[in-house]
Amino acid sequence: MKDSLKYNLRVIFVLTFISLICGFILSFVFNSAKAKIKENQKKDIYRAIYQIADDCKNVEEKSINEETIYWLFNDKDELIGYAYLSQGQGYQGKIKILFAVDKSIERLLGIEIIENVETPGLGSRINEESFKSQFKNLKTNVPVECVKFFPQKKNQIQAITSATISSRAVVGILNKGIQNLKNLIEENDR
Amino acid sequence: MIGRIFKEGLWTNHPIFRQLLGMCPTLAVTTTVLNGISMGLAVIFVLFFSSLVVSLLRKVVPHQVRIAVYTIIIATFVTIVDIFLKANFPQISKALGPYVPLIIVNCIILGRCEAFASKNRLSLALLDALVMGGGFFWGLVTLASVREILGQGTILGYKILPPSFNPLIVMVLPPGAFLVLGTLVAIMNRLERIK
Repeated sequence: MKDSLKYNLRVIFVLTFISLICGFILSFVFNSAKAKIKENQKKDIYRAIYQIADDCKNVEEKSINEETIYWLFNDKDELIGYAYLSQGQGYQGKIKILFAVDKSIERLLGIEIIENVETPGLGSRINEESFKSQFKNLKTNVPVECVKFFPQKKNQIQAITSATISSRAVVGILNKGIQNLKNLIEENDR
Repeated sequence: MIGRIFKEGLWTNHPIFRQLLGMCPTLAVTTTVLNGISMGLAVIFVLFFSSLVVSLLRKVVPHQVRIAVYTIIIATFVTIVDIFLKANFPQISKALGPYVPLIIVNCIILGRCEAFASKNRLSLALLDALVMGGGFFWGLVTLASVREILGQGTILGYKILPPSFNPLIVMVLPPGAFLVLGTLVAIMNRLERIK
């Protein structure tokens, strides 16, 4: 009896000790790489903005309520719209979407997927041009809808076959983001 | 012993073509040679350091929880690789996507930890990790070369086939991976029989 108690204690001790050391090492590695990862993500965001809005020549960042909004300007230095990074839960993990709208926030300029860990070959196809291009010029005064067959209205897109959850997640995150952006801009104008 | 490790890891007990382990990254990321090389290097790194720790701890870890301990150790090194790629090679990190974190469940690593590193002294475990990793590496690069040359007419991004060559799109798609893998396994079997 004493032996088995001793054995069990050893099991607990070894598992705890190894997990602790691994956790410590990982937090150290993550902390030392955090700044670089953030910088890379920023580069991704800017690349996405220029891809969505091809007449955009200059981008200005502005924080409202600690949320970053990207103001897009054309070559004559006129405001042409806003871009905003929205994130939420996908099928397996976080999806980050960057979208841009025109300056009256009535029309979507387009979206880019910044980060996703959806199922390769199924959900990860949200990153394909054929899916993303559907969002170009959608109306934003009503929430975007995701349908399974032939979108007919101006606020509808077609889901990816066998990846309905991922498609819906993108639409949900986008709608949430548009609402957020509207509120933030309103607050800023006030 | 050392000769046997080399022979087994690189040929007779080859992780991809003989043991048919690690099929998920093998089939999924070998669309280009660069992806194959990065995945191969990542696996060598994880295999080397996991074997190192597992071999050092082989007398400490209680038998009943050994798999849990190996998994924690492997997951730690995989996460380090993942963070390293994200910070320094964002393009490669994006191209490999979820397959980097999936190295955690790559059977080659757990298999070598359980079958070899936990039963042998440090120097042999490290050698075995390098050789097995090397075997995995050349398997991936071979598979990726065939797929990139036939699927895109390029190797490492450089055009090597004349423009008149019509790329076989199927080679960059999942079925191409299965076709090439099956052919390579068949060739390996044939060579074995001739011997």
